[in-house]
Amino acid sequence: MSAAEEIVAEGHQAVEAVPKRAMTLGTTTSLVVLAALLIVPLFAKNFIIFQLTMLLIYGLAVLALNILTGGSGQFSLGQSAFYAVGAYITAVLMEQFNVNYALTLPVAGVICFGFGFLFGQPALRLSGVYLALATFALATAMPQLLKLNFLEHWTGGVQGLVVTKPDAPFGLPMGQDMWLYYFTLVVTLAIYILSVNLLRSRSGRAFMAIRDNEIAASSMGVNVALYKTLAFGVSAGITGVAGGLSAIAVQFVAPDSYSFTLAISLFLGMVVGGVGWLPGSFVGAAFIIFVPNIAESISKGLSGAVFGVLLFLVIYLVPHGARQVAIIGQQLIGKLKKN
Amino acid sequence: MELFTNQVLAGIATGAIYACMALAVVMIYQAIDHLNFAQGEMAMFSTFISWQLMQWGVPYWGAFVLTLVFAFIGGVAIERILFKPLAKAPILTNVAGFIALFSIINSSAGLIWDFTIKQYPTPFGSSPFLGSQLISTHQAGMIGVTLLLLLGLFFFFQYTRIGLAMRAAASLPESARLVGINTSWMIALGWGMASAIGAIAGMLIAPVVFLEPNMMVGVLLYGFAAAVLGGLTSPFGAVVGGFLMGIFENLAGTYIPGVGNELKLPIALALIISVLVVKPAGLFGRHVVKRV
Repeated sequence: MSAAEEIVAEGHQAVEAVPKRAMTLGTTTSLVVLAALLIVPLFAKNFIIFQLTMLLIYGLAVLALNILTGGSGQFSLGQSAFYAVGAYITAVLMEQFNVNYALTLPVAGVICFGFGFLFGQPALRLSGVYLALATFALATAMPQLLKLNFLEHWTGGVQGLVVTKPDAPFGLPMGQDMWLYYFTLVVTLAIYILSVNLLRSRSGRAFMAIRDNEIAASSMGVNVALYKTLAFGVSAGITGVAGGLSAIAVQFVAPDSYSFTLAISLFLGMVVGGVGWLPGSFVGAAFIIFVPNIAESISKGLSGAVFGVLLFLVIYLVPHGARQVAIIGQQLIGKLKKN
Repeated sequence: MELFTNQVLAGIATGAIYACMALAVVMIYQAIDHLNFAQGEMAMFSTFISWQLMQWGVPYWGAFVLTLVFAFIGGVAIERILFKPLAKAPILTNVAGFIALFSIINSSAGLIWDFTIKQYPTPFGSSPFLGSQLISTHQAGMIGVTLLLLLGLFFFFQYTRIGLAMRAAASLPESARLVGINTSWMIALGWGMASAIGAIAGMLIAPVVFLEPNMMVGVLLYGFAAAVLGGLTSPFGAVVGGFLMGIFENLAGTYIPGVGNELKLPIALALIISVLVVKPAGLFGRHVVKRV
């Protein structure tokens, strides 16, 4: 079985296992999660609030990759490049041009959309491992490009840029960390809802048709070239916004923060969360943020090995990631209700 | 002109290493249709084993052979224990598995041998080759060993029963199974051989890049690039791709202003993307016609 056929078979299976509605959480679950996200920071320390903010940001980046891979079936190992561009646009606009932080995000999103759309053009001819390599090249090239001399005036070269953290507006009585958390939450929610609707729309169905069988999709009149580049653009745009948010949250951008390791992390987040299941993106983000810490606490010298073993456990026990856990959970609840 | 010849020859020498890595990548790709991201780490670990053997007083070639045996068994064991259960899993799960393996091997090597850079001996010596200033004996040795390896593999796949069985299992598993070939073990054999080939590449490049747990990351990238450039379905293409990569890398670093060492890799990868856009299956790959 070739890789392409395998993806097709996989897509087919996924369609059977998860009906369209189950691409998201149910209404009750969503509301519970949302309530938890709103309330928890009120009782948490600043460091935990910061980590939750990062969780949302990484979740957003994984979500973007999920739209690309889970939606249109294209592979990308180069998401860190778009993340970097978004982060730098925000940092440069805020620090060199004194633009308000909230306004930099749409700019980052639109520019990254453009980048992704343009990158999607040559990528159109590539598929599977070839596309993986092309995007991978983008990821390895990005830190070097950010160090280039003629950009140094804006980007600060190897040194990077320090970003000032914004205060809460309108004299709201909350700390900078908490304000940033709620700001990130609002942005994340908006993008999440838009993404869900995008995948349910006509364009979303076109993505999925391409994912399941490109040739069949094109023979049914789907403009494959347009939708593939569009998926790249949308994914890059969302990643750019996530990158911009991360620049504000971390208060620092430097070329080496956006190495290939970041792209790998985002990819792992998607696999752990379940490909094509949008809420899984945030579970995956939690995995890539917290599991390395847990691994470190188990053994300092062997943290990489512990991380690897945990990752193997996840893919053996639940090869479809958090999505599979959710389905099993749902079935259990269903059985309990029947009894 | 001398600079040019010099760079081309040095390029061929490093290209020989990329060719080895690319060959290892293609061997596993042929067997299971996946790119092994942990290939470089497997090679690095084997190289450390050979270094350790030499520290214990085993002579170079003894350590070389023992390491190949270790690498082969290790490769088979990894396939049997870790990746056989994933055979039916989606492609992305497999990629995650490779990344996990990468992380495990890298971290263990760091713990056992720590991250300091170690000298690695060359069996060929580092004097100029045959009195010529153009190429060192070690570089000539690297090219020589690679060519020998290629010749050996060619004969193995072309003229032995087991080589034929492996090719059959890779190209048409179902039919191969029908004529009595144990395809599952052929895959394991492919892993073992790929691991051994990677170990050779590691031991050849270690005197150049020095021995440390992250030594193979860059080499593997070039190996991937070379394999894709030559076409992932063609071992011959992988080798040609490897040599081309080596030469191009050196020439770009020397002649394109502002490239230097930092931008070598991005430039090389940009070249590959341009090749792929023109010829999506690589230079020597075969086009697969898909059915709806």
